[in-house]
Amino acid sequence: MMPPKLLLVDDEEDFISALAERLRIRNYDTRIVTSGEAALLEIQKERPDIVLLDLKMPGMGGMETLMNIKAKDSSIDVIMVTGSVNSQVGEEALKAGATAHMVKPFDIENLMDKLQDIRKKRGLD
Amino acid sequence: MTAFWTKIRPKFWKAPIDLLDKGQNGSYYRRIWQVVVVGIATVSLLPLIAMTLMNINQYQNALKAEIIFPVARLVSNTKRTLAHFLNERKAALTFIAQDPALHCCLSDQQRLNRIFRRLKSSYGGFADLGVIDSHGLQRAYVGPYDLKGKNYHEQAWFREVMIKGVYISDVFFGFRQIPHFVIAVKYEHDDGDFYILRATIDTDRFTSLIRSLDVRPFSDAFLINAQGILQTPSRFHGGILEKINIPVPQGSVKTEVQEIRDHSGEPIIMGHAYIEGSPFIFMVIKYEKELMKNVGRLRKDLIVFLGMSVALILLVVLGAATHLVNRIYEADLKRTAALHQIEHTNKMASIGRLAAGVAHEINNPLAIINEKGGLLKDLLLLSENFPERDKLVGLVDSIISSVDRCSTITHRLLGFARHIDVRSETIDLGHLIQEVLGFIGKEAEYRNIAVSTHVPDDIPLIQSDRGRLQQIFLNVINNAFAAVDDGGKIDILLEYKAPDKVLVTVRDNGHGIPPENLETIFEPFFSTKGEQGTGLGLSITYGLVQKLGGQISVESEVNKGTSFTIILPVKS
Repeated sequence: MMPPKLLLVDDEEDFISALAERLRIRNYDTRIVTSGEAALLEIQKERPDIVLLDLKMPGMGGMETLMNIKAKDSSIDVIMVTGSVNSQVGEEALKAGATAHMVKPFDIENLMDKLQDIRKKRGLD
Repeated sequence: MTAFWTKIRPKFWKAPIDLLDKGQNGSYYRRIWQVVVVGIATVSLLPLIAMTLMNINQYQNALKAEIIFPVARLVSNTKRTLAHFLNERKAALTFIAQDPALHCCLSDQQRLNRIFRRLKSSYGGFADLGVIDSHGLQRAYVGPYDLKGKNYHEQAWFREVMIKGVYISDVFFGFRQIPHFVIAVKYEHDDGDFYILRATIDTDRFTSLIRSLDVRPFSDAFLINAQGILQTPSRFHGGILEKINIPVPQGSVKTEVQEIRDHSGEPIIMGHAYIEGSPFIFMVIKYEKELMKNVGRLRKDLIVFLGMSVALILLVVLGAATHLVNRIYEADLKRTAALHQIEHTNKMASIGRLAAGVAHEINNPLAIINEKGGLLKDLLLLSENFPERDKLVGLVDSIISSVDRCSTITHRLLGFARHIDVRSETIDLGHLIQEVLGFIGKEAEYRNIAVSTHVPDDIPLIQSDRGRLQQIFLNVINNAFAAVDDGGKIDILLEYKAPDKVLVTVRDNGHGIPPENLETIFEPFFSTKGEQGTGLGLSITYGLVQKLGGQISVESEVNKGTSFTIILPVKS
């Protein structure tokens, strides 16, 4: 089975670079971009399976990017990452098509669980 | 007295605070109260008092007029009767004097006897009758004494009757010691010679006539002469032939009524009239005091009525003013409390927003630390031969667990901020109380306060506002913390009151609240913490509990402890 392709989108480069490396260690094909616009370009270049998307970004925000991604290819799973515990934001993201929602800072094991869930779901598809 | 005053004293009397910093303390409300009381009392009482006084005065005048008129009528009627009595007798004597039979033989005793008999039977009161010639010699006489031959030439009345033709004497006691008076008439012959017919008349006819007037008690009617000598007995002013003790009225035959004072200074109403052709003055005297008895009674009634009215009006005015000002005071209090609550809520909202901002901003670097640390740990775990690998992994673990702690705090802050907005959600009360205790747990540790929470299994989830509940429990638990000494004990008990209520009791073993403060503890601006307290904590708590459809009550015993009970509906 091919490792799933991940795309991390966050304006905090320090955060995603470290996270990306950890995911690679865990055998995920991971790329990073630091803006919504870049994310859309990157998706056009090569379709990822799962996008980890920060909600709050300068320029195109997380919600807008999410909608654009979903408009392009609704089969891409998006995990929305926020800095807020406000469940309302998470709910909105889920409504807009996100597969899951996580609050920063999070334990990598939680993320792994979520990725596992998605893979399981896909495997079942 | 002081205790009574404390009981009835209106709330505003000692209003403790300057509401809205407008100097609206007790004296401000007292001033409004005084203005209202004095104003209303003046406009309602003054006309009432003035009307009453005018009424009394008018009644008095009317009554006096009513008294004076009958007195005048009585005097003039009686005067006429008395004058008629005298005139009748005068006319009878004049008629007899003109009898030709008398002319010829003045000393015909037999004839005089007959005449006297007839006179007596026709007109009462005649005591004797005599004929006197122009030399003053009594020529014939009928009566109880032997007066025949008596000479009257030197006496004053003889001269008067000679000049005037008729004479009526004052009353005097004669030989018989019976009061009587004399009427004498002159008959003149054509030749200038004359004789006089002289009759003595008993005054008992006068007296009984006057007595028959039946003047009421405390009134008096009598005759006097021009010198003020009583001609008939008086009830209050002396016996017959005594000098009267009030001034003799000067005047004419016309009836007059005067208000004067008697010898002892008593006001009297005196009616009098001179009886024409006689020396007599008829007088009626009435004592005002007696007559005005009715006025006195009316005045007393009116004054009692006035007093009662004044008391009633004052009572109503006082009551209304007190009620009114109390309402104003309570409204001010409520408004101020509401403003303070708004201010408080705003403050909380600002703090909430600030906290949320801070928490959000901190979460990002925390996430970086978390990931860098995590990566470090991953790398360490991958390189098996790294020196002191285990120690470094331990260090990284402690970094990551610190990040965990930080994120718990920021999550809590964010949660707190989120709950400023009102909304209803499903809440696990036990959990919520644990959260609240999380905020103040450190203080409990430092002060060695034992906080125990008892949550039975049957406590249902409730629908309520998380933020408000947090604030309510934070306030109440904070109060408990303030009440206990270090090493104290606080119990939080939850209880399900089926079907729709949950009780939360926060009990401490602190100082307790004195009974006199228990009533006012939920009122705004009540504080026992002096300068440190705003006096708003419990009043805001009270308001919040009410908003959630619940109730809060307190029980306390000094030096034993206090317990606050909050009853919350399962569905608000």
